[in-house]
Amino acid sequence: MTATTVILVVGVFVVLSAVYISWRAGRLDRLHIRLETARAALDAALIGRAAVCMELAASGVLDPASSLVLAAATHEARTAGPEEREHAESDLSRTLRAVMDQERFRERLADTPAGPDLMAELDTAVTKVIYSRRFYNNAVGATRLAQRRWLARTLRLAGHTEYPSYFEIDDAEPASLAQQS
Amino acid sequence: MVCPYTWDVPGGVMAHVRDLAEALIADGHHVSVLAPASDDAPLPFYVTSAGRAVAVPYNGSVARLAFGFLSANRVRKWLREGRFDVLHVHEPAVPSVGLLACWAARGPIVATFHASFQRSRAMSVSAPVLHTALEKISGRIAVSDAARKTLVEHMGGDAVLIPNGVTVSRYAEAEPLPGWGPDGGVIGFLGRMDEPRKGLPVLLDAFTRLAPERPGLRLLVAGPGDADDVLAKVPVSLRERVGVLGLVSEEDKARAYHSVDVFCAPNTHGESFGIVLAEAMAAGATVLASDIPAFRRVLGDGQAGALFETGDAGSLAREAAALLDDPACRANLSAEARLAVRKYDWSTVARDVVRVYETVTSTAAGGVEEEQQGRGRGEAGRVPEGVRAHGSEVS
Repeated sequence: MTATTVILVVGVFVVLSAVYISWRAGRLDRLHIRLETARAALDAALIGRAAVCMELAASGVLDPASSLVLAAATHEARTAGPEEREHAESDLSRTLRAVMDQERFRERLADTPAGPDLMAELDTAVTKVIYSRRFYNNAVGATRLAQRRWLARTLRLAGHTEYPSYFEIDDAEPASLAQQS
Repeated sequence: MVCPYTWDVPGGVMAHVRDLAEALIADGHHVSVLAPASDDAPLPFYVTSAGRAVAVPYNGSVARLAFGFLSANRVRKWLREGRFDVLHVHEPAVPSVGLLACWAARGPIVATFHASFQRSRAMSVSAPVLHTALEKISGRIAVSDAARKTLVEHMGGDAVLIPNGVTVSRYAEAEPLPGWGPDGGVIGFLGRMDEPRKGLPVLLDAFTRLAPERPGLRLLVAGPGDADDVLAKVPVSLRERVGVLGLVSEEDKARAYHSVDVFCAPNTHGESFGIVLAEAMAAGATVLASDIPAFRRVLGDGQAGALFETGDAGSLAREAAALLDDPACRANLSAEARLAVRKYDWSTVARDVVRVYETVTSTAAGGVEEEQQGRGRGEAGRVPEGVRAHGSEVS
């Protein structure tokens, strides 16, 4: 009698916790997918920005010194290893700001044949870096919170996924861009 | 796109969704909006009804929301049939179809947060449910600094800031209201009359100083609030020169902007982005605004509209008098305002929203799908559509 009750109670408990744990694992899994997607989007945005910067540097619109500075920063950013990536991308942001915030940069660029298109691409590329980085860091925050939970840690619900880290760079947009949007 | 509040009743969020949807459609995207609406309400072609909204008290006011099984089913059906590339939910924390859509969908989800609010008890109680739904959002947008701050403080994480837009063409042309200017002596105000932050008392004070020496000067006030309260603040002899319209329709609002010589925005603080100011600029009104930072920025440091010292009726009166006496300066400011407001046009704002869409979809595998239901039990019944298929991709 009592044995049956105990078995019943234990059984119900086991089933309930199994359902709960699988739900939590599913949630964590979804977060990991969101994190990976956001990471890939961030990579794409950074590569996109580097490509537009390279194009700007090679376009002949800039003076040779600016071109060289920009090309060097872009190259650094593209070839940086995982350790130096944040630094290199921040440097590229700073260089781009220095180049774009020159006196009458926008007007001069608009006067060249390829200028308007290049300007629009540059605007989009810079904005996308800002957006995707924020979305990625949001995803990191949410995932970290979920992974740190007692249940997730004890049962290793996250499997072999790494504890994600934030991507911290200086991505402030050039003043000439901020003004117009 | 999902709008949580009923489509029948005009409101801030609803207007935002409508204008954004129309700007995106004009840009060649395929947009479908899901919103609560009564059965017989006339809906534009891009809106799908999510069922009738129920008026319930929520967060200190009465909101017209849609929830329950019927709404949840309609949301699922809409998601299934739409096969969207991106799902854009407005106010996902409001217990209405927006939250239901987050709950039912899987894939690239973008959410826009409009209101700033205090964390409520209800939100703490239902936090796990809310969290599961909100966790799925891959891109978050806030329309103002206040909304962004709310998000950071109450839900954690950050959002990108994309302010509201103005449909410039809607205000560009309008017939002035009968019996009003522009005749060289009309000052206008639009906003809540009973909210001191909007600064109407400052304007009334300045009007009282100016009116005795300017017989042609009149004041046109529009916006929700009690007319008698407003008139009580003006000396009896001047009352017939103050016109109080009360709450006006969208159309009359545009006409009101065209009926004034000087449009005054005397806000004392707040207003991270003055939508009223932008509308007046779109109508080509000569703007005189307090020099709070947001207005200073919108008006390009006084290039597209005059500024006066915030809260100082004397300064307002001086600047207003100078503007009224100088038609050439007014014409110049009006032209500058029409030019400056272009960057707040919905077409520009929509471009930023599209960039958010592109960011969240660029690497996502597939579009928006319906979430599998029934964890652990009866899984056979529901298989997600799987493939994304959509004619005009958001790009």
